[in-house]
Amino acid sequence: MISFIVKRLLQSVMVMLTVAFVAFALFNYVGDPISNMVGQDTTFAEREQLREQLGLNDPFLVQFGRFVGNAVQGDFGLSYHHKQPVSNLIAERMPATLELSFISALISLLLGIPLGVYTALNRDSIMTKIIMTGSLIGVSLPTFLIGILMILLFGVVWRVLPTFGRGDVVMLGWWSTGLLTVTGLKSIIMPAFTLALFQMTLIMRLVRAEMLEVLRTDFIKFARARGLPRRSVNYRHALKNTLVPVITITGLQIGSIIAFAIITESVFQWPGMGLLFIQAISDVDIPIMAAYLVMIALFFVVINLIVDILYFLVDPRLRVDRVSGSH
Amino acid sequence: MKQALKRFFDGDLWYSFSHSPVVILSAVITLLIILSAIFAPMIAPHNPFDLASIDIMDSNLPPAWNEFDGDMRFLLGTDDQGRDILSTILYGARISLLVGFASVAFSVVLGVGLGLISGYAGGRTDTFIMRIADVQLSFPAILIALLIDGVARGIFPRDLHDELAVYVLIFAIGISGWVQYARTVRGATMVEKGKEYVQAARVIGIRPGTILFRHILPNVTGPVLVIGTIHLALAIITEATLSFLGVGVPPTTPSLGTLIRIGNDYLFSGEWWISIFPGIALILLVLAVNLLGDWLRDALNPKLR
Repeated sequence: MISFIVKRLLQSVMVMLTVAFVAFALFNYVGDPISNMVGQDTTFAEREQLREQLGLNDPFLVQFGRFVGNAVQGDFGLSYHHKQPVSNLIAERMPATLELSFISALISLLLGIPLGVYTALNRDSIMTKIIMTGSLIGVSLPTFLIGILMILLFGVVWRVLPTFGRGDVVMLGWWSTGLLTVTGLKSIIMPAFTLALFQMTLIMRLVRAEMLEVLRTDFIKFARARGLPRRSVNYRHALKNTLVPVITITGLQIGSIIAFAIITESVFQWPGMGLLFIQAISDVDIPIMAAYLVMIALFFVVINLIVDILYFLVDPRLRVDRVSGSH
Repeated sequence: MKQALKRFFDGDLWYSFSHSPVVILSAVITLLIILSAIFAPMIAPHNPFDLASIDIMDSNLPPAWNEFDGDMRFLLGTDDQGRDILSTILYGARISLLVGFASVAFSVVLGVGLGLISGYAGGRTDTFIMRIADVQLSFPAILIALLIDGVARGIFPRDLHDELAVYVLIFAIGISGWVQYARTVRGATMVEKGKEYVQAARVIGIRPGTILFRHILPNVTGPVLVIGTIHLALAIITEATLSFLGVGVPPTTPSLGTLIRIGNDYLFSGEWWISIFPGIALILLVLAVNLLGDWLRDALNPKLR
């Protein structure tokens, strides 16, 4: 167990270093950092002095080491466009993105699993056919179009939900939350559903496929033959055995949710990190791009690590294999 | 030739195609969209990019069937500059399809090439290429495409952005999609490598490059067609998404995604047709290509036969 975790940790560190390297290369070689910082009338001597001061003349490895050192402390320098520390900008925007992603993940689980179970248990009902066709459309529709259609229906035609922003937010220490006010809750409905739809269909299809597989196995037939109540067979025996892949996929999807939040945030003008990133791309604001890249990579790596460890804890077969394999 | 045609029409593929109405419909829709995009200059009722022919007085007209302001000249209405929506959709589909096909082609060349090398060379080369693939696979394609787009914006001067936008998009979407091809081809190459015809070729002293591309390549390309079709739908969506986010094709030569972005600003003032019609065109195209891809996958999968 310990050796497995250590090995995975080392791998994660390697991935993070690679990403940091890309971010660092962006920083230094895309455009000239000095001319991005100073005005047009700065003399050549002053530029050289600033270059020396910022350590841009140091050897490559020294600079990279300094970049990693600063990044570990959350320091990514000043944004070219906003003239503020990037870390402040991101810290300010992060709660919005994380709240949105969390609510979407919750929606996709709470709707996806029951729908998957239902469509697996009632394979031939009309409801199942409707849900399955709907899910095909859900997979094919681009996220931003779903958002636009929702805005058109609920925001323009029926005028029941706000179409942009977070509504009123409450500060809990440094964390700004929109989940405690009525306008905040109303504002999160459309973005969260837009973001959740794709993941929901994915989870639903996965649960359905796994359930169909498990329902065919001998131990389910045996449980039925023993005369156990249907509910107990379906949920205690069958569903429980489908959850391992569901945990993996859901975990891995949390990363995609955060990434796809870029699109949703852009459609609903949700003031999160994704919107910041998109604006940074339009403005060629390299420090923000580099910081966002490292942040997202960190999320992905941590989530992958947690999923791997959970996998290990949930599936005893894996544990035995690994332990016996390591001897 | 005649024999080959006869064999095709007697084969499994044609049988499963002609017995599924959904697949036939998808094929017809895909073909219709592709043809109308190719012949857009001939069939479009207006040329939306000819500044002399558009009139600002015609701006924001609703579709022709609207009883108040509908104008028979503009079947699906006009946008803020008085351009005919139907014509901009036809021209927009051109850009969308161009970027879609070109980026898939780029992914295929890159992915198949690296997959062949990886599978044939083995050892350190293989580990290196597959590690990169693993790292890339753990990030969503759209994020990688966004990032490459952002970097390109940093490298090229600002006045070149619009001119190069289409090529940058093709490159960005192409790079973000090569991994799947590489993995599939690598696996198939490793199997083919051990077969006798490859050993025979090696024994008579044919160079590795020739063996790879002349002998192994034709035997590993089967699944590429299937992945390519499904990938085409994804590439079109990615292009539309990037353009919608404002980092794709510029409004001067709009793709479907750019059109939806332009229309999005007018959604609240009630001019829904500017973004919804391009949206419907995009959905139709993506859904049809997706269904075709699903059918191909099932029809060519030997396990399901």
